[in-house]
Amino acid sequence: MRRLFADSPSSEITPELLYLNRREFIKNGAYAFGTAAAVGGGLLWLVGKGPPPDPPEEPPLVDASAIAATGPYDADEPLTSYKDVTTYNNYYEFGVDKDQPARSANTLQTRPWTVSVEGEVTKPQVIDIDTLLRWFPLEQRIYRMRCVEAWSMVIPWLGFPLADLVRRVEPTGKAKFVEFTTLLDSKQMPGQNVAILDWPYVEGLRLDEALHPLALLAVGVYGKTLPHQNGAPLRLVVPWKYGFKGIKSIVKIRFTETQPQNTWALAAPNEYGFYANVNPEVNHPRWSQATERRIGEFQKRGTLPFNGYAEEVAGLYAGMDLRKSF
Amino acid sequence: MGSNVAASERAPSAGPSISGPGTGSGLGPKVRRNAKPLPWLEPGIFLGGLVPLVSLVLQASKDALGANPIAQAENELGLTALIFLIASLACTPAKRLLGWTWQMRVRREMGLFAFFYASLHFSTYLFLDQTLDLGAIAADIAQRPFITVGFAAFVLLAPVAFTSTNGWVKRLGFRRWQRMHQLVYVAGVLAVVHFIWRVKIDVSQPLTYAAILAALLAVRAAFWLRKH
Repeated sequence: MRRLFADSPSSEITPELLYLNRREFIKNGAYAFGTAAAVGGGLLWLVGKGPPPDPPEEPPLVDASAIAATGPYDADEPLTSYKDVTTYNNYYEFGVDKDQPARSANTLQTRPWTVSVEGEVTKPQVIDIDTLLRWFPLEQRIYRMRCVEAWSMVIPWLGFPLADLVRRVEPTGKAKFVEFTTLLDSKQMPGQNVAILDWPYVEGLRLDEALHPLALLAVGVYGKTLPHQNGAPLRLVVPWKYGFKGIKSIVKIRFTETQPQNTWALAAPNEYGFYANVNPEVNHPRWSQATERRIGEFQKRGTLPFNGYAEEVAGLYAGMDLRKSF
Repeated sequence: MGSNVAASERAPSAGPSISGPGTGSGLGPKVRRNAKPLPWLEPGIFLGGLVPLVSLVLQASKDALGANPIAQAENELGLTALIFLIASLACTPAKRLLGWTWQMRVRREMGLFAFFYASLHFSTYLFLDQTLDLGAIAADIAQRPFITVGFAAFVLLAPVAFTSTNGWVKRLGFRRWQRMHQLVYVAGVLAVVHFIWRVKIDVSQPLTYAAILAALLAVRAAFWLRKH
């Protein structure tokens, strides 16, 4: 070794220490990057979300020309994109994260599908969904949707008034409320394996609310068949109430004398009520309801009483204390 | 220049050395005997710790944060802060239980990362979520317990982060410095409560972090009781 070094001019010799340091430097660099990869990868695994799901491709439900340009109840506001409407969903039956339903709701089988009408009606019956779709002409309704979590959308639903179905099955004189129930099947709805809510999901309306022309049973959105994550094949839309009243994938409609126990009110009675009318005056115990973020917008906007439908529906609640009946 | 480095590298080490005294063997120089052990650890964690931020900025630039990007950014930044806070609180229990020491080298770095991400989380809330609407922010902090405790955690972390340097240890004296830095435990508990109270109903994820924090505090408590 020594002789080999001695044979070359000393200026050409890489100092041994520098050589060793370089090797050490490379080794340390490799360890540093390995550590960075492990730490960074671990953090992304814990906090990151991956790319958002793609919007679903659903067949058109009605001919585009059959959709009236504007209806009397349409909100005159820019629509929330189809992508956002179909990839940002609260549907705990398919997971508690908002992107999960769009990723995993393909396990839901929407055919065959029946809706059982029970309770205080003169015509109790089990209706096949395709029969139901032929009973009433479908119309588009552009509604604001205000989530109890203080975000909102503007959605072009396709459906028929709930009142049309209610009248057709003829509630008895005893019927005061309508109770809706979602499918219970943990094979199709894996979120039901986790007891975060008391499954199946149940919602309810007072009979006069159910008869209000704004209350809609939706079977489509954006002119297309309703995607699974939005509550296919049949869901409720009550635009003056918080979004959780809009029960999805309905299999049972029961008319009752007594007020139904709706799922969220059962889960947290101090936070969610039966009425759940959008009300900027009554805050959620843990967050403000005075403002909301419209999906796609930066600045928050003020929340309107009854989500902007006060003129149409405020009369339903005349004389009621809406702080108590929240 | 090179000779200075070499001299310091070759300087005999006061501490114990695996390679033994570096004289007379003739088998080549003893390299970096007194250099910092694990010199790659701090830069590795530094680079890795920036990954969540870089990923967030990249996703935001591609509009890939989903329909509610501000809420998503807030959630990711807050959770990253909590993870670093818990990691920094895990260093001492790991030393006591397992006898490891390497993690003590990066405890400060992880604590500072916790504060860094907490600052970004809070800034996102102030500037993007509330667009600096001071009335709404004040109402949130005063009236919404989950925001009150989150804000309190941040306020407690700030002086701890500020006085994290060796200079401040000297200035305050070790005992006082240490007592002040015990605020981190309080901040950790408040941060976890902030997380639990924020969630609508499914508390499984925040409770997982709460359980880890509780276990770490229990280890400390057990050692403290044995000492007293």
